[in-house]
Amino acid sequence: MELYNLPIHSLEKMLTEGDISSVELTAAVFDRIDQVEGKISAYITLDRENAQLAAKRADEKIAAGEGGGLCGIPLSIKDAICTKGLKTTGGSKILEPFVPPYDATVIAKLKEQGAVILGKVSMDEFAMGSSNENCAFGIPKNPWNLEHICGGSSGGSAASVAASECIASLGSDTGGSVRQPASHCSVVGLKPTYGRVSRFGLLAFASSLDQIGPLSKDVRDSAIMLNAIGGYDPKDSTSINKEMPDYTAALTDGLQGMKIGIPKEYFTDALDPEVRAAVDNGIKLLQGAGGEVVDLSLPHTEYGVAAYYIIAPAEASSNLARYDGVKYGFREKESESLAEMYSKTRSQGFGDEVKRRIIIGTYALSSGYYDAYYKKASQVRTLIVEDYQKAFSQCDILVSPVTPGPAWKLGEKIADPLSMYLSDVLTISTNLAGLPGISVPCGFSSKGLPIGFQIQASHFEEEKLFKAAYNLEQQLDLQPKYPTL
Amino acid sequence: MEFEIVIGLEVHAQLKTNTKIFCGCTTSFGAAPNSHTCPVCLGMPGVLPVLNKQVVDYSIRMALATNCEINRTNQFARKNYFYPDLPKGYQVSQFDLPIAEHGWVKIEVEDESKKIGLTRIHMEEDAGKLVHDEREPKSYVDLNRTAVPLIEIVSEPDLRSPEEAVAYLKKIHSILRYLDICDGNMQEGSFRCDANISLRPHGQKELGTRTELKNMNSFRNVQRALEYEIRRQRDLLLEGEEVVQATLLWDPDRNVTSSMRSKEEAHDYRYFPDPDLVPIVIDEEWIETARASLPELPGQRKQRFMEELGLPAYDAEVLTAAKELADYFEAALLGYDNAKKLSNWIMTELMREFKGGGPEDIAACKVSPANLAALLTMVQKGTISGKIAKTVFSDMMESGKEAEAIVKEKNLSQMSDEGDLVRIVQEIMADNPEQVEQFRDGKTKVMGFFVGQLMKKTKGQANPQMANELFQKELTK
Ligand SMILES: [Zn+2]
Repeated sequence: MELYNLPIHSLEKMLTEGDISSVELTAAVFDRIDQVEGKISAYITLDRENAQLAAKRADEKIAAGEGGGLCGIPLSIKDAICTKGLKTTGGSKILEPFVPPYDATVIAKLKEQGAVILGKVSMDEFAMGSSNENCAFGIPKNPWNLEHICGGSSGGSAASVAASECIASLGSDTGGSVRQPASHCSVVGLKPTYGRVSRFGLLAFASSLDQIGPLSKDVRDSAIMLNAIGGYDPKDSTSINKEMPDYTAALTDGLQGMKIGIPKEYFTDALDPEVRAAVDNGIKLLQGAGGEVVDLSLPHTEYGVAAYYIIAPAEASSNLARYDGVKYGFREKESESLAEMYSKTRSQGFGDEVKRRIIIGTYALSSGYYDAYYKKASQVRTLIVEDYQKAFSQCDILVSPVTPGPAWKLGEKIADPLSMYLSDVLTISTNLAGLPGISVPCGFSSKGLPIGFQIQASHFEEEKLFKAAYNLEQQLDLQPKYPTL
Repeated sequence: MEFEIVIGLEVHAQLKTNTKIFCGCTTSFGAAPNSHTCPVCLGMPGVLPVLNKQVVDYSIRMALATNCEINRTNQFARKNYFYPDLPKGYQVSQFDLPIAEHGWVKIEVEDESKKIGLTRIHMEEDAGKLVHDEREPKSYVDLNRTAVPLIEIVSEPDLRSPEEAVAYLKKIHSILRYLDICDGNMQEGSFRCDANISLRPHGQKELGTRTELKNMNSFRNVQRALEYEIRRQRDLLLEGEEVVQATLLWDPDRNVTSSMRSKEEAHDYRYFPDPDLVPIVIDEEWIETARASLPELPGQRKQRFMEELGLPAYDAEVLTAAKELADYFEAALLGYDNAKKLSNWIMTELMREFKGGGPEDIAACKVSPANLAALLTMVQKGTISGKIAKTVFSDMMESGKEAEAIVKEKNLSQMSDEGDLVRIVQEIMADNPEQVEQFRDGKTKVMGFFVGQLMKKTKGQANPQMANELFQKELTK
């Protein structure tokens, strides 16, 4: 077995027992990157030199008996997460030259533990998109079929994990941006409870929805990653001061006593039959493990997309106002006046999808429209929260597909943003309600494209997610594990 | 036609916290440009604000001091607009859920007391500053002031004259300084004021079209700008023209207002709740702790000066307007117990001689309260005359020396030794037999002549009352 194909928990053991060094492991992953990156285009920036230094330091730490966890493990990081001294573009031309003078809290935590950061991976510009085609620096391909999208917005993260160009990755999920690409690339993607993981240093798209989450080769790695990045951060007022359990402790066999909610609104005729079949099979396996199925309803699900595409652009229109050419990043230099500089900088610096959402958001917040759009959307959001509260009084977890169908072909939906938006219907409500959700691989379509299984739980009940996901993974033992590249 | 003047004021007061509202940067003035900044106040990508609790605490104190209702749950909102001094492209402020609402303060104008309503108090962050290069078409941005905490205090349109507006402004200024939450410096911009002003025919209910006045950086400028704008609006209305809603800048050098922007160019700020900041929840305990920490406020102190010291309302108002002046007065009172005489001295002699910026600068005065008390005690004991005391006081103001030292040095104490004075009185009578004759013939007016002679001989040091008595006695012998 190649080192780069192994999960964190195997490598951790090999590292601490001295079977391999982090320097070797890191070199092996870079070799893999050199081998396949030409096909995948997952990375925007590679940081070989610092990665090797970090690997050396990790080896010293391990030698001193301070290893374990993520120490010495090579990771890729979504380019929306600030890394001190390492270019952080957000997938946008407007931030192309930006080098943060600070680390995001999650990065500081990873470094503290001795993780090795390989580089920054591709994403839809400012995390706006579901296919990773909205990136100013190349479009990553689905490792399972290079003609298909890898999903978005954390497409580079999912592709780099699936193609073994890293051991695990950090992405961010605003409306499904971790779970959806994870589903399309047959990796595990976790969106933690809003407030579980610090947002400090994450380029803001929609502050009330954004949450950083890991993409990994399996469920245990996902739990290890959350152990590493979770917890209260005084630098993020929206992070919540709640005890961090050891999430790997939840990974036990058997689901006796667990009630599995099946929301009927997630199983409409719009689902691809192959997706439906794979998810139904997953549900059967959970039942087989001892879970008890409960049919229920989340009646406001259908309004989720509409509410989301008001709230997220509204917040984005304000969050992205700082990219004005004055202080950092790209500036159009030929302008004669301040207004012209603003206008040209932002027209040339942002891509179409970002501009589209800034315009939608600006409109939704405008005086005279606020009540009809933003306020209404916030009310819908409250209804969705209430739906979930009712549901979780009847069950422990909710299960569903992650996406209505497998990954589509590159370019297929790029001219039709609305159909792209609608593909987010199954993941968006989780963010609107601030809940945790996970995507676990559960099968392949007849064309060999991955299908994901989504599990949602109540606030701070990630342990239930992990337990159910782990049982599914163990029962299913899905093959193949890696794409042929 | 006579018009009623309707004025409402918006005051921006910079709070005297050590650090900025959402980061740990210092709020101190005068540093090199952009040296008091960090990724958070620079609005760099991905950073997040963390509220400085002291800002809330100070705001609660101001709310309590101005009789406001405190919103137990209040919230920050984003005010969106583009400008280079605003690094995030929005200002964090409060909109539909401010920290406090529905308050009032009392003002005194021409011996009449009037309640002025406060619509709201809200917390927000300050913007930075642009520095323009005169020689080339370049502007520089200094973000030291960015995110310094402000409270905005909005009055109801209850003010009916420039005098009332200034009285209200001084009252707010005074309360802020008593609370010690704002340094009140109008020149440096830590206390700023905008005015909304409109005119309407007497008896008309609905308000006339208003204009907004900005850039008035002294109480005097507020008065003059309002007077100017009232004249301008009145002239327009009398000529049958319309007042155009606009924002006007006061030009203190030319004494005119000029248009900054009209309503058509008005911003749509697209306020919405700031998702990076959780709602602020204020419990009773927080409020009660703040209430317990409130100092005596100007109104209460004025009342006490009137009731306990027997000062007239006018004196009490003048003395308590600035906390420092009232403190000075009370400190002097420890060494001298005639409150009214002390008040007279402070309001006339001291304020005339004192060349500070205002009553609040009294701490810089060279005459300490104890020294002033010592001087007045010397007058009371008859050691020096009231007239001499004024000369001594001028000297004290200049040199900072103690009263007694000056009196001793210049040999200014009054001759109150009866024996010495009798001898001089007798000499004067012997030298001026003609006047003695006149007095004894009933021309008592010559007494003035005798006293004058005595003062001349004693170089003004004789106790005039004693001199009078002695002459009376000797001449009628
Ligand atoms: Zn700062």
